[in-house]
Amino acid sequence: MFMPSVVFIALLVGIPFVLAVLYAFSDARIGGTSFHFVGFENFRSILHSPSFRKALQNSIVFTLCAQAIVIVCSNILAIALEKPFRGRGFVRFLILLPWVAPVSLGTIGWKWILDSIYSVITWVLVALHVYKPYSAPMWLGEPHLAMASVVLVHCWRLIPFSTVIMLAGRSAIPREIPEAAAIDGAGFWRTLFQINIPMMTPILSVAVLFGIIFTFTDMTVVYILTAGGPFDSTQTLPSLAFATGIAGSDLAAGAAISLFLVPVLVAVAYLMLRVAHRAEVV
Amino acid sequence: MAIVETRKLTKVFKEGELGAVNDVSLATEEGEFLVFLGPSGSGKTTLLRMIAGLEIPTSGEILIGGQVVNDLTPRERRIAMVFQSYALYPHLTVYKNIAFPLKAQKVPKEEHRGKVEWAAGLLGIGKLLDRKPRELSGGERQRVALARAIVRQPAVFLLDEPLSNLDAKLRASARQELEEFQGQIGTTMIYVTHDQVEAMAMGDRIVVMNFGRVHQIGSPAEVYGDPADTFVATFLGSPPMNLVQAGDLIVGFRPENFFPVARLAGQAALPADIRIQERQGPFVPLRFRISHEEYLGADRITYGLLEGDRFDGTKVISRLPAGQSASLPSGSLHAFAVAESDLRFFDTRTQVKSAAKPYPWA
Repeated sequence: MFMPSVVFIALLVGIPFVLAVLYAFSDARIGGTSFHFVGFENFRSILHSPSFRKALQNSIVFTLCAQAIVIVCSNILAIALEKPFRGRGFVRFLILLPWVAPVSLGTIGWKWILDSIYSVITWVLVALHVYKPYSAPMWLGEPHLAMASVVLVHCWRLIPFSTVIMLAGRSAIPREIPEAAAIDGAGFWRTLFQINIPMMTPILSVAVLFGIIFTFTDMTVVYILTAGGPFDSTQTLPSLAFATGIAGSDLAAGAAISLFLVPVLVAVAYLMLRVAHRAEVV
Repeated sequence: MAIVETRKLTKVFKEGELGAVNDVSLATEEGEFLVFLGPSGSGKTTLLRMIAGLEIPTSGEILIGGQVVNDLTPRERRIAMVFQSYALYPHLTVYKNIAFPLKAQKVPKEEHRGKVEWAAGLLGIGKLLDRKPRELSGGERQRVALARAIVRQPAVFLLDEPLSNLDAKLRASARQELEEFQGQIGTTMIYVTHDQVEAMAMGDRIVVMNFGRVHQIGSPAEVYGDPADTFVATFLGSPPMNLVQAGDLIVGFRPENFFPVARLAGQAALPADIRIQERQGPFVPLRFRISHEEYLGADRITYGLLEGDRFDGTKVISRLPAGQSASLPSGSLHAFAVAESDLRFFDTRTQVKSAAKPYPWA
């Protein structure tokens, strides 16, 4: 009965994964036919490569910044969308749109918004006399701005998903509990940090876990917006793996870079699930 | 300690609809145990929530200790509330649950332990302080909720059906404890329930509500013995008061006041009923056709129809102490009677208690 799904998963997930592991320990190259096992040679060489270290550092910055912003914003949105008001359904629909639209399409839209010549943002800032024409910032052309842009576009994409999870988490808290807190004399912040957020810990950690995995493994946003530039300043591990393995035809090194993510993500997943489990049990 | 007062308090949830609470004006007395009693949907909980500050009134005023508190937040009203679900904080230990109001109201930290232990001691839960709420039984949770409510010595206590989640046996003992507890702390308490036994047993006074209106406010004896209208008459008492139509009037009498004539006349067929001797004066004879009977151990409840005269076919109920009455076979006809002093009269049109006592009413 489960056969079709087993075959499906084996073909789409299993084979590529096994291939990636094999490649990572070999000297496979695009266009070459030689295939020798080289042990940990690929891992040793990528660990010594400055661009790998830069990409690892970028990945961590990218993930942590994006997650922090996503969690705070989605919490605010969830609180705002919790109580009924006129048009709430429509607002919820609008907020969910970035998640529904294909990532690549959305990101291409942002590429235009942040374009060095045609940027709407620049145009508005110039019109408001914040910047003079031709001296406006290049959103994707300066290292720090480029990183900020990549982070923000990624947040734009992840916030809807996280908001939906937060809404579910908040609605799972019985109404009397925040009411009891209000009567006990707790204000908004105390109720939020000592009652609501602790009670949402299981679902919050699931949201963070998903967010970290989505962010850490995402290359669409980076690839379309900056392709890792300028000067590798937005290169993350997935985009570096793609650049090295596919574009740079060093399959083995690319596979080693992408495999490097696996233990990291497994550790994160384990940690988050433990937090969720503990929160449920107490 | 404080007096709670409402003035023409109204809450309308949907415009154009009948309010959940309509024009309610009442006042507690100092240190009183006041019960809001009514069927579900009668607005008693909404009324309590407005007093607590969890619901904003559509119109009217709420006063606590002589001060209008309409615009005050719950925390500024110096009230404590026990919820039907107890609303304990599941992620905090019992100690932290009880200490939460102290923390929230910025009581100096050194005082916490003493106060928590005092409250926990009063409720007999001193040994549970390190547990989490999910490790407690229903009765223990209820005590933690009470301890959390008294720990900061509120001016007024609000309780929203705090016993309804307990099983019947536990409920009786919890009721007793709650009464003792109120006696000890002497704080004004407002207690919401749909259970008339709780209301009668605990209340100094009872506010009987239905469809958002107050039907009667009075001591348990008053609302039971002298109901203000037919709703109160039938809502209180189990089985409810018998109501028979007599022209412009509705005549009511309690099932326990409706008994065989044989007993009235002191005839030897049955042992004398003490209650009968208390009732001097004229009796109204009624012919009672038995339809069926329920034996409840202490009592025997007999259902049947009145026969003859103008009440022919009216369903009535008699309730007699089982030890002092024989079983009456279905279908048999008996001479029953009610003392005139046990009759209550209501206006047919308004359903409200009628002052007129038109003898002979039959």
